[in-house]
Amino acid sequence: MHKTKISVDNIVDNQTFIPNYPIKMSIRDVDFFYGSQQALYNIHLDIIENQVTALIGPSGCGKSTFLRTLNRMNDTIPGTSLTGTIQLEGVDIYNDFSDTSMLRTKIGMVFQKSNPFPKSIFENVAYGLKVNGIKDKAIIAEAVEETLQKAYLWDEVKDKLDKSAFLLSGGQQQRLCIARALAIQPEVILMDEPASALDPISTSKIEDLIAELKKNYTIIIVTHNMQQAARVSDTTAFFYEGVIIETGDTKKIFTKPIKQKTEDYITGRFG
Amino acid sequence: MKNLTFKKKSKFIEFIGEKFIAVNAFVALAAVLLIFIFIFKEALPIFYDEYIQEEVTIEKMIVKQAFAEGREAKFSWQPNSDNPRYSLLPLFIGTLKASIIAMLFAIPLGVGGAIYSSQFASKRMREIIKPAIEMLSGIPSVVLGFFALIVLATFLQNTFGFTYRLNSINAGIALGLTVIPLIFTISEDALTSVPGSLADAALALGANKWQVTSTVILPAALPGIAAGIVLGFGRAIGETMIVLMASGNAAIVSSAFTDSIRTFSATIASELAEVVFGSAHYSVLFFLGSLLFLFTFIINMTGDIVLIRLKEKLQGGK
Repeated sequence: MHKTKISVDNIVDNQTFIPNYPIKMSIRDVDFFYGSQQALYNIHLDIIENQVTALIGPSGCGKSTFLRTLNRMNDTIPGTSLTGTIQLEGVDIYNDFSDTSMLRTKIGMVFQKSNPFPKSIFENVAYGLKVNGIKDKAIIAEAVEETLQKAYLWDEVKDKLDKSAFLLSGGQQQRLCIARALAIQPEVILMDEPASALDPISTSKIEDLIAELKKNYTIIIVTHNMQQAARVSDTTAFFYEGVIIETGDTKKIFTKPIKQKTEDYITGRFG
Repeated sequence: MKNLTFKKKSKFIEFIGEKFIAVNAFVALAAVLLIFIFIFKEALPIFYDEYIQEEVTIEKMIVKQAFAEGREAKFSWQPNSDNPRYSLLPLFIGTLKASIIAMLFAIPLGVGGAIYSSQFASKRMREIIKPAIEMLSGIPSVVLGFFALIVLATFLQNTFGFTYRLNSINAGIALGLTVIPLIFTISEDALTSVPGSLADAALALGANKWQVTSTVILPAALPGIAAGIVLGFGRAIGETMIVLMASGNAAIVSSAFTDSIRTFSATIASELAEVVFGSAHYSVLFFLGSLLFLFTFIINMTGDIVLIRLKEKLQGGK
């Protein structure tokens, strides 16, 4: 682990050269600790609206930890702490959102392993609406259908909405989890290796879905799969040992990376 | 490289070891079976022995009997009377009342404690609560019975003004104390074994801690909690020492929970030592034992079936 702090100037950030992109989230000087163990060092990143931002890097580099700071999921782990600021459209998510559940309705999350609730397909999608106080059954039913259509799952499940979500295949379950996250109309969707447990066909369906979703949402995706990052993302941030080594336009990162470490990683010399 | 010579394993020792373990298992199974057979066998004369049937039959145990002609017929358990009567109803009511009170007392405390300990308590707090509650099950039931007889009964009578110091409420609460750790431990295990990924999913959808617990964790853990409650009920029915000491041991037919009671188990424990071997009374006590066994067997079976159904429903597959 790096014991010395790396100053912001050391981080190559070529996305600042791209003008006219609205910034959805901005992360400044973020350090993150599990107890006394520091996991993230001086993270500085802008997330551009309606783009897919990919976070890549070897296992244990802090990319998932970073993703979970963005909707404050790390708050549930005792002993963690964070310094620096993370803003969602100018609002500090750690200091200006006293209610983390309100924040999480704006920033949704899809996990590595599909984790549908042991409930019906309908109830899975409706869950987020219900816990956030929507009681009108007609509104819920309409939202469920609309959301499932957005996730391209409607045709596959419309006849078995009241059946258990466990009856779906792995890929369908993961798309159900994406639909579940979409139902509460978030602005940003965090995806933590959403396709890592899926077969190639299901993976490509998820990737198509991501490409479609970015029209309306801002997406941040953690992935171990270089090709996937190259295929789906607009911007890529390369994490290494808790530090962002390089960020920028995905094409540039994958063709002309500035840092040697980045090149070594994307060409498969380590990781 | 040096050639490795592997040693041949002894087939004989393997054979002996395997058979030895199998014998152990079958001895345990045989012991259980033999005990059941013995208990049922001792109860059987009620169904065929003429001498015993003069005194007691199944019908006499169920229908009201009078002490003598012209006297009012009643449900009464009076095995040592000149005209012994063996009505099961007072004992059945007593057993039921004690178990109901025990469950009413133990379910909220056991399940509530498990929810608190598994979901809301800090790690430190949990490390105190869990062993403390589980220690309750280590207390010998005679000590709990003694406590109920001396301390609890007086306290309850002074607080609520019960006519009878020893009653079903007193016995039920003491009985509940033995059931709480059972319900707590099984429920707690069920709650903590719900995958954290489900809680994460709910949190990420904007649910708060309470919603996560009530809408995701609790439903998923329900089969385990139900199992704990069923096993607790089985324990409450069979438990002997506490009810023997703290219930007042009066076999009366009454719907009031403030009256004294007598249970099946306490009846067997208190009367079997003095009964004439082979008499009608002796057979009836074994008949009670058989009933007790059947009750707990049916309760556990029902519990199991409910559990399997619930599990199927929760884990998909309709």
